[in-house]
Amino acid sequence: MAEQTVVDPANWSCPAPIRDQPVVVMGHGGGGALSAELIEQVFAPAYGNALLAGMTDSAVLHLGGARLAFSTDSYVVRPLFFPGGCLGDLAVNGTVNDLAMSGARPAYLSAAFVLEEGVELTVVERIARAMGAAAETAGVTIATGDTKVVESGHGDGVYVTTAGVGLVPERVDIRPQRARPGDAVIVSGPIGLHGVAVLSVREGLEFGIEIASDTAPLADLVATMLDVTPDIHVLRDPTRGGLAASLNEIARASGTGVQLAERAIPVPDAVANACGFLGLDPLYVANEGRLVAFVPPTEADAVLAAMRAHPQGAGAVVVGQCVTEHPGMVVVATGLGGTRVVDLPLGEQLPRIC
Amino acid sequence: MCLAVPGRVVSIDDTADPLTGLIDFGGVQKQACLEYVSDVKVGEYVIVHVGFALQRLDEESALASLRLFEELGLLEEEFGDAWQQAARQAAQPTEGSEVR
Amino acid sequence: MKYLDEFNDPKLARRLLDEIRATVTRPWALMEVCGGQTHSIIRHGIDQLLPEEVELIHGPGCPVCVTPLECIDKALEIAARPDVIFCSFGDMLRVPGTDRDLFRVKGAGGDVRVVYSPLDALQLARRHPGKQVVFFAIGFETTAPANAMAVHQAKRLGLANFTLLVSHVRVPPAIEAIMTAPACRVQGFLAAGHVCSVMGMAEYPGLAERHRVPVVVTGFEPLDILEGIRRTVGQLERGEHRVENAYARAVRADGNPAAIRMIEEVFEITDRNWRGIGRIPGSGWRLSEAYRAFDAEHRFDVTGIRTEEPAECRAGEVLQGLIKPTDCAAFGTSCTPRTPLGATMVSSEGACAAYYLYRRMSEPALPREEMNPVG
Repeated sequence: MAEQTVVDPANWSCPAPIRDQPVVVMGHGGGGALSAELIEQVFAPAYGNALLAGMTDSAVLHLGGARLAFSTDSYVVRPLFFPGGCLGDLAVNGTVNDLAMSGARPAYLSAAFVLEEGVELTVVERIARAMGAAAETAGVTIATGDTKVVESGHGDGVYVTTAGVGLVPERVDIRPQRARPGDAVIVSGPIGLHGVAVLSVREGLEFGIEIASDTAPLADLVATMLDVTPDIHVLRDPTRGGLAASLNEIARASGTGVQLAERAIPVPDAVANACGFLGLDPLYVANEGRLVAFVPPTEADAVLAAMRAHPQGAGAVVVGQCVTEHPGMVVVATGLGGTRVVDLPLGEQLPRIC
Repeated sequence: MCLAVPGRVVSIDDTADPLTGLIDFGGVQKQACLEYVSDVKVGEYVIVHVGFALQRLDEESALASLRLFEELGLLEEEFGDAWQQAARQAAQPTEGSEVR
Repeated sequence: MKYLDEFNDPKLARRLLDEIRATVTRPWALMEVCGGQTHSIIRHGIDQLLPEEVELIHGPGCPVCVTPLECIDKALEIAARPDVIFCSFGDMLRVPGTDRDLFRVKGAGGDVRVVYSPLDALQLARRHPGKQVVFFAIGFETTAPANAMAVHQAKRLGLANFTLLVSHVRVPPAIEAIMTAPACRVQGFLAAGHVCSVMGMAEYPGLAERHRVPVVVTGFEPLDILEGIRRTVGQLERGEHRVENAYARAVRADGNPAAIRMIEEVFEITDRNWRGIGRIPGSGWRLSEAYRAFDAEHRFDVTGIRTEEPAECRAGEVLQGLIKPTDCAAFGTSCTPRTPLGATMVSSEGACAAYYLYRRMSEPALPREEMNPVG
């Protein structure tokens, strides 16, 4: 599925309501309801197999006696370089994280480039080096690749598609359907950093802010958590659509409800204030180095402690719990003591004036 | 219609036409047109909508509002329902330490 | 003093709520006029914390909800032209026209761009002299000074490729129209704070007196909204109908005179259609004669547009507080946030969309098709 990481005011996607879309609109890559419809109505029927029905970030396959996690993702981001990283970091970390969210130890990646005629080679080189460095950090090997060039004006500079494989340890069964009432919902650190960092350098929107994208590999953090207990129910990296989209997907897949405490959700002040003046909700803003975990209540304290001892989980907190009420829905207890429903986004958020 | 947010004037560019300044929104900095608050000074707060400062914020009025809300609370606490009694006792275990 | 967190304090909110609860003795229907206030009410769950006697009616103060269909259709037609860069605030992109929206125009090759400020559109015009740059100038009094400045600058710079498609609306005539509707249920108004930051309060004493209705100028943070409600309920219980300012830190009695002068130079008052409500006399602004050359409706021939709203949509009655969304037969059946018939179902703060979400939350289980997992 296309990686469209943040709101793009010059190239935004569609939260719009006209349903009989005869053409592809940006929202089809937005990770919200339109993306889901594209999968359900076009891809799943055409491919016709049970593996896709799992709707997980990576498929878990039985091959040669092993359980193999397999995932692919395309990366498009504007601008290509942003505070805290670049397209190359996302392309490695994103696929590593998709594999990790099924509990797998990522091992090998492929990398396919689509380059636009006229792009400076130094740009390609910087992205490639970032990928090499990110792969080394994540402990994976980029084992194969491909390059295609399209004519000037037919691409956005550089697109990268990566695929990855990794082994899933025994007794580990992590998927959204396994969320159970009572599970603690843990977020691994402050949210909204990636989306706001990219927006801050987006043409036409530029604003000054001292934050960087959180792009990071999460496989080692996941391994640390699995050392505490293999019985982690769900893991998800809240990228497109942010925490709101991930939690809605989990609630719908498992038929449970999710309750969050607004005051527990770690939103850095700068993210909250940037969202404030653009009229965005931090719950819908993309992250690239965070995970959300559903953990049985008996294991929650131990898992949380292990996460906090890990550099990628130092800011981990319990933000809510899984409940039997309002199945399929995410409800936030506001700081004032009221509640509000956090729905699945249709596409992505746009800056608003109203 | 009215997404307008408060920010502090960091600097003013007198040469810009229209008059422009850098506004800090709690760690987020963005240029805004100051033409409608042209006598504003660095350090003052303004309310900004679609890149335009619409009004200076008056600290006296803001503090007066907050004081009023506090006083409402004091009146309530004199009587206080059971919930408030319990909350107060939980928050203040030492008898007589209450500040009115 | 940061002017934000201080006004979102749960302890003080509780005190304001207790005070409202102690004051109210019978049911009152209050309208918050501004969509920004509706957003804050939903976002913080304020409506659920109020005593049940206090009903909040979500008013028509949202350009997404009230910009007339024929204006949206004009925007769509202009935006589809190959020589045009069409600029808009993000809000308007998702608003359905008769048969498409701005996203679909972009999907079909139109150059449609979201801008943060009208001055950004002006910059685009300077950078692209070979293109016609059209800015969709929607909004209330709050946004008018910004849009006026953009066209004022364009005239000074002699830009021949910059125009505004204007659908500006004014709050006081809308309040007048709501109060004169025969079935009007509104007993008190929370007036829109930022509108008054610009315009001041001079337009409201006459309204309050004529309709014997309290008008309380109200801000947007949780404590501001609660204070606006507290003062309105207080007046109602005492049988008063005055104009009060509960947002004094940002609203002066005479507003912002420099901004008002610019609005009066660039715009003139006109009748305007409100989507779902109809024509309200004197409720809009259009470019004045001196700025007619910057009017997109004059530059592009879009006069032949005929529009029709879905017959079963009762959004207009909802916006005026005449019915609740659940009173509409289409609500939740043919009209949902994913398939809206009217603008009030489009944004999550629209009255119909807000009701829809809460109705779903109180249901024991969702229909099967709503439960599909997504990936």
